[in-house]
Amino acid sequence: MKRLLIRGGRLVDPANTVDEKLDVLLSGGKVAGVGKAIDAAEVDEVLDATGKVVVPGLIDMHVHLREPGREDEETVESGCRAAAAGGFTAVAAMPNTEPVTDDQATVGYIIREAIRAGYSRVYPIGAITREIKGENLAEMGSMLDAGAVAFTDDGHCLASAEVLRKAMTYSLIFDVPIIQHCEDPELVGDGVMNSGITATRLGLAGNPCEAEEVIVYRDCALARLTGARFHVAHISAARSVDIVRNFKAEGVRVTAEATPHHFILTDEAVGDFDTNAKMAPPLRGAADVVAVRKGLADGTIDCIASDHAPHHYDEKEAAFANAPNGIVGLETSFALVYTELVLGGVLDFSTLVRRMSTAPARLLKLPGGSLAVGDQGDVTVLDLDINWTIDKHKFYSKCRNTPFHGRQVTGRAVATVVGGRVVWRRDGD
Amino acid sequence: MQFNRKHLLGLEELSSDEIRMILDTAVPFKEISERQIKKVPVLRGKTIVNLFFEPSTRTRISFEFAEKRLSADTVNVNVSTSSVSKGETLVDMARNLEAMKIDMVVIRHAASGAPAFLAQRIDSNVINAGDGWHEHPTQGLLDMLTIRDHFGKLDGLKVAIVGDVIHSRVARSNIWGLQKMGAQVGVCGPPTLVPASLKELGVKIYSRIEDVLSEVDVVNVLRIQLERMHSNMFPSLGEYNRLYGISTARLEAAGRDVLILHPGPMNRGVEIDSDVADGEHQVILEQVTNGVAVRMAVLFLLAGGKQAGAAEATEMRGE
Repeated sequence: MKRLLIRGGRLVDPANTVDEKLDVLLSGGKVAGVGKAIDAAEVDEVLDATGKVVVPGLIDMHVHLREPGREDEETVESGCRAAAAGGFTAVAAMPNTEPVTDDQATVGYIIREAIRAGYSRVYPIGAITREIKGENLAEMGSMLDAGAVAFTDDGHCLASAEVLRKAMTYSLIFDVPIIQHCEDPELVGDGVMNSGITATRLGLAGNPCEAEEVIVYRDCALARLTGARFHVAHISAARSVDIVRNFKAEGVRVTAEATPHHFILTDEAVGDFDTNAKMAPPLRGAADVVAVRKGLADGTIDCIASDHAPHHYDEKEAAFANAPNGIVGLETSFALVYTELVLGGVLDFSTLVRRMSTAPARLLKLPGGSLAVGDQGDVTVLDLDINWTIDKHKFYSKCRNTPFHGRQVTGRAVATVVGGRVVWRRDGD
Repeated sequence: MQFNRKHLLGLEELSSDEIRMILDTAVPFKEISERQIKKVPVLRGKTIVNLFFEPSTRTRISFEFAEKRLSADTVNVNVSTSSVSKGETLVDMARNLEAMKIDMVVIRHAASGAPAFLAQRIDSNVINAGDGWHEHPTQGLLDMLTIRDHFGKLDGLKVAIVGDVIHSRVARSNIWGLQKMGAQVGVCGPPTLVPASLKELGVKIYSRIEDVLSEVDVVNVLRIQLERMHSNMFPSLGEYNRLYGISTARLEAAGRDVLILHPGPMNRGVEIDSDVADGEHQVILEQVTNGVAVRMAVLFLLAGGKQAGAAEATEMRGE
């Protein structure tokens, strides 16, 4: 059995309250030892992590891999390679594929493609309703058997309170999270960016925070009613964070995630119609950015996810209202979070590891997020001293749609280890 | 002084000096349209494409007259007959036109930002002839020229824009332009059609039309589109007229001289009553006349003409 020793690094593993210089020995795909100066004589490979930080593999629980259906934008293979390069040992794949990931066969296909690619792990998230139409429930049980880990109609808000109530109630059989893209479609209307002075100035239709808030409140209330687990995807508005905080305090089983763009950029980033600043939910105001950061610091927001959303450049090359929503994020997420939140004094480093590894693993009940002996051998090695400039032309993702091109950041994955095997390593630069 | 811009995308980006230069340049051009032979050769040999993705009669004809009176060669492209209906993208279409070696594009598009998008991607001068709800800079300029003709100044005037402000590119260009020229701008209309965030731009928001008429020097009356009623922005055209319509009775009650502008086309009996539309307060046809002159000035300046040269240019005679 192949044995890999990650030697000389600072191990930060909040699940086991570890933060010290320790070696990690991986064998048979699992953690076989954690300790000081583990003997390298009996190992097959040594990964020198001197001066680096070793963490349980990062997990991005909100990624659009586009396969099947839009292989021109991303494939499971290209997306997983981008994930590995970004330090993610696992990603959860959203179901708005073509066809929609709403059955066992599609879930199985995505998992097999990920295994064939051999980079990061992929945990598919199935659709709540067939074809994401918001009407009839998809076969949750069958999809879970095939390897799905949660359910969402992401990209579309499941607008019917009654269908969602049924879905939540049914999900109690499996105790899996129901994830909602919280935006009331009627309040969003034709809105293409956050309501406010920038939208007014540019003559673009506004999409108010309240479109998110009303659904966050409604669905937290439905989680209380049903007792189901409910997860708010990409939370963006200050009052949405307050709503989640209040329901959590009440004991309702609600969790939330935030994306780097929602806690770094404001709607001013739209500037003169930059379609790479067009997202759903849209970039909000400065007070919302502060509130999302606060939510991440106090634990109201459990996870950080990128909402990696590749779009072909032809589609983003359009008038603002006609361009699709979303940006790529796998290869920029860690550096942005580290630079903005850790160096920016919002989170300590071990909280970053919780938000990007421990918490998503627990939320989705994945093996990972912890590096005790016997745990899955998924490890990310990070260089926290490296300063670099985001260059979209160097992405492994098939797409380049990012508003962060040219931004100076600090911190980068230097090695990504999945099941005891180094699947990606940064050479040189 | 030289106009140092390549494009005219909006009035937001212009300085007060630049706006003044365009207005001053328009003045001598007005006279050309009064002549027997309405043509000067200042843009001879220039090729201009009028790219209209939205129906327009007045603006398109006004641009075309401006171009022809300056002797440019013009081509009109209308969406219904263009390759856009075959699925060609905006940028491909523009690149194709440019490959035919054109000098300027005048664009009207339903999407806010379409002219800026084009300007970033092609080498020709781009003139915004109205984009979505964003800007309609030549309309803003002709409105300002008309007001300035009447009062001899813009600085210190109070101007209100009444009606469907939220969906109006005319409103935005008026707000930017008038504020830069020192006027105080207010807006009035049903709250469903007036963005409250305009306060952040220093725009006064009036809730009652009576307050507008008793305070301001100029009212720019916006066209009310029928489809806004169908999307529940207000219950009926009749009620709109009752609450916000500009009527002789309201003007008389205000008892002041208020100048009435309307960008057209008018809905008589909705936002403006016929007796006002035909009455002594309005300058609606002067706006149309000024539209040609302002567009001539913009074309002339973007083509590299100097303001001082405008008077000289008008001395030249076309063939």
